[in-house]
Amino acid sequence: MTGDVLIEVQNLSIGFTGRSGKLLPVLRNIDLGVRRGETVGIVGESGSGKSTLALAMMGYLKHGLRVISGQSVFDGRDLLTMPSRELQRIRGGKIALIPQNSGQSLSPNLRVGAQLTEALALHGKLAPSAFSARVIQLLQQVRLPDPEVIASRYPHELSGGQQQRVAIAMALAGEPEALLLDEPTTGLDVTTQAHILELLSDIAVRFDKAMIYVSHDLGAIARVCSRVVVMYAGEIVLDGDATTVLTNPGHPYARGLLASIPRRGNPDLPMALEGRPPPPGGAGPGCSFVDRCAIAEAPCRAERPGLQPLLAGGRVRCRLPERAESIPTKRDGKPASAGGSFGEPLVRLSNLAISYARQSLVDQLLGRKPQGVPTVDRVNIEIRQGEVIGLVGESGSGKSTILKAVAGLVGPASGEIAYDKSGALPATVEQRRPEQLREIQLIFQNPDESLNPRHTIGQILAQPLQLYFGLSGGALRERSIAILERVRLGAHYLDRLPSQLSGGEKQRVAIARAFAAEPKLLLCDEVTSALDVSVQAAVLDLLDQLRRDNGTTYIFVAHDLAVVRALSDRVAVLYQGRLCEIGPAAAVYSRPCHPYTEALLGAVLEPEPGARPILMAEDNMELSPPAKGCPFQRRCHRKVGSICESTTPPQRDAGAEHVIHCHIPIGELTSAQTVSALGNAGRPHVQ
Amino acid sequence: MSDGPATLVATTARPSRIASVIREVLSRPSGFIGLFLVIAHVLLALFSPFFAPFDFKAMNANAILSPPDATHWLGTDQLGRDILTRTIMGGRQAILVTAIATPLAVAWGGLLGIYLGLAGGRLDDILMRVVDAFLALPWILKMLLMIVTFGTGIGVLIPTLAFFYGIPVIRIARAATQNIVARDFVLAARARGHSRVSIMRRELFGNVRDALMVEGAMRWSWMLLAFTSLSFLGFGVSPPTPDWGLMIADSRNFMAIAPWPAFAPVIALSSLIIGINLTADALAKALGIDRAQAAVH
Repeated sequence: MTGDVLIEVQNLSIGFTGRSGKLLPVLRNIDLGVRRGETVGIVGESGSGKSTLALAMMGYLKHGLRVISGQSVFDGRDLLTMPSRELQRIRGGKIALIPQNSGQSLSPNLRVGAQLTEALALHGKLAPSAFSARVIQLLQQVRLPDPEVIASRYPHELSGGQQQRVAIAMALAGEPEALLLDEPTTGLDVTTQAHILELLSDIAVRFDKAMIYVSHDLGAIARVCSRVVVMYAGEIVLDGDATTVLTNPGHPYARGLLASIPRRGNPDLPMALEGRPPPPGGAGPGCSFVDRCAIAEAPCRAERPGLQPLLAGGRVRCRLPERAESIPTKRDGKPASAGGSFGEPLVRLSNLAISYARQSLVDQLLGRKPQGVPTVDRVNIEIRQGEVIGLVGESGSGKSTILKAVAGLVGPASGEIAYDKSGALPATVEQRRPEQLREIQLIFQNPDESLNPRHTIGQILAQPLQLYFGLSGGALRERSIAILERVRLGAHYLDRLPSQLSGGEKQRVAIARAFAAEPKLLLCDEVTSALDVSVQAAVLDLLDQLRRDNGTTYIFVAHDLAVVRALSDRVAVLYQGRLCEIGPAAAVYSRPCHPYTEALLGAVLEPEPGARPILMAEDNMELSPPAKGCPFQRRCHRKVGSICESTTPPQRDAGAEHVIHCHIPIGELTSAQTVSALGNAGRPHVQ
Repeated sequence: MSDGPATLVATTARPSRIASVIREVLSRPSGFIGLFLVIAHVLLALFSPFFAPFDFKAMNANAILSPPDATHWLGTDQLGRDILTRTIMGGRQAILVTAIATPLAVAWGGLLGIYLGLAGGRLDDILMRVVDAFLALPWILKMLLMIVTFGTGIGVLIPTLAFFYGIPVIRIARAATQNIVARDFVLAARARGHSRVSIMRRELFGNVRDALMVEGAMRWSWMLLAFTSLSFLGFGVSPPTPDWGLMIADSRNFMAIAPWPAFAPVIALSSLIIGINLTADALAKALGIDRAQAAVH
């Protein structure tokens, strides 16, 4: 199956010179060989050095980095010392890179066909007369429909998934022997991601290339790779076949990582991996993971373990690989604090519609209302006191827009938001009463953006405390410390700036700031999606704890369905700003009824070997919702007929508060669904 | 900012940042040379009357347009006045006027720019068109109009310069603010219900300040040039007070027979402006601001 070694990294250490003048290593003593026909996944959290390693395999070092020792050998020659002219021939021609955001790597002013032709001409393996036929062939190989049409388009006319396919076609144009993929599906919607991964694993098999797949997402790695390398603090800590690494890895870090991943089928909270990796140059003389390790002993601190071969195959950098197996990789039940009974309704969204369409000058002069289909329409959700409701959907589903409307940052075009007993909530922040402002708090996706970089943590926490409670001086300080302790940070954080904190700590500060207002309703907008998975687990756990202590109601928005599952009591599935399905989390996840929910859940990647997403709907991205009928009509795999295009789907009640918006009768929705899921399970892909 | 939270937290972060910025500026050759030139000029302006070799008014009929020699190191002008004395004292008026007008310009332009960047809407649309219209007119025309209307003298020149040079600051401050306003921490402050003034003071000012500092340095050099030009045209400093612009204007008629009276003020003015520019460049780099984005007017 696999051939000779194509890329061999030998004892490679790469570092940069720090402010103190010391050489700080980013990669330490990497030994890794990749064979022809092999697909190797390199997984690790941010800062683990995985991208640096992958780029070094192409002979590329980011600005400021330099080789401390070792080499990266391709086809018998060290790329890191090769003259740049020769290196150019190898890149693209022998090793091709597929980057994360391919929309940015395609030239915006050239048609797709012209860019592919350019790539073909550069590698000079074909006669110019054969170019156009080869362009079409390449576009077919990446399964783009109508390759002739796509070739005549500009990159901005394609969806994110199509752009990624074009980037893959570009990489294949030089007929490379090795493909390097750097987070190729990160940032794509789940259904699109599933399709791209399907394509990549197919390419790996069909073209017999060496593939190196770098990702933080074990689910994606599980789908494509036969061998997995786990990196931690610039070292390889584990190297083994995918099945072992994903089910029973021999390194404590890998086990912790597996346990911290929320899973679609498991309603429990994932287990947090406390602590953070040492910064470059910050590792002690011993094992780099020792501070976070559950089974560490005194000798682990004294001497750095080598990368030793395991009996069962693979290599591990741990003194106690046998004992590591006592660490659980799956949570054994710390259920989220779901309660069956909730209080009175706190928020009621009735017939909410939001439009971003701006009035044009002509419309303004003529006094006309803006044209266009509203971004969010016909949303009815009732949220009870103490409940956590999850809003899920892909990009453009309007979930964040709804959250902003509740926060008073975008005014609804029509409909109303009723809050507590005070009736309709004024549309914008400026019109709301101070009490309402305090009771509704918002937490943002990225703490780098939501915390003022010029303010210390003390100043950040002082904002709500001064505004809502008029605290100052000693009382303010005391209160700030109490709040920091509730999010498991200490008083010594008060004087630090956000830039001195890790991503997880920053998000805790953002959570602390929201809780400082003692809110009744907390709006969480993708609060964990900018965080590493082990940090995410800790943040989810914290949110759950705070909810239990304070009885706060959450509206929790996320694109990651497993994350939503871990925290929510009820889930609302949105597509193009319209509600598809709403019901108790357990019911929606175990028995999805709406065709879109079915497609969405089917596409979720689980970090299980052999787990295969079920691909149903087309992965075309839609830019705007249809004016009439069902929002999902254009992608639906169970479309009834013209009624879907003309009439708004009725609400179908599946009992126990489970409501589905679909034209298919309820009996058929609940029964036919299981059949279709089973029927699709074995199919590799649509068409 | 010295509002509430500053008393709460130990101010460890602020001074270390200022110190590190100064260190960073001085570590660059451009910053070192620039700052040296600027400080030297400011010291000269402050203390030159105490050590000038001659009285700047003293005429000498026996040494008219005499070339540099042991008594008059830089020679004399058409009235026999010592050029060295007049040159080292010739920047006093220019530096005084611009050193007051620059902070005023940055203050009013910056405040209005930050406000417009935050508020947006109809007011922003209208005022920015007015700003564009103002910037489209040649500055000398606008300045002369003011001076013709209100007369010369420091009392008119300072507000005039501060007003006209504040207008481009509005653009810079507005653009810098718009970049910040789009970020979530400003949205978070809005969602909490902070007032506009509070958002400007707490969230925006600290983040726009760097851009304004660099912009202020640039405005200063442009203002110096403008002040000297007005003097050159006879609308700035009135004789016999020494001034670079005036000195250049006076020596213009004798350039063919006696070029030296023009050299000294030209070199003095250029060195100050180059010094300011070099400092502004180094400051921008130390603060991490892309000067290429800044508009030049």
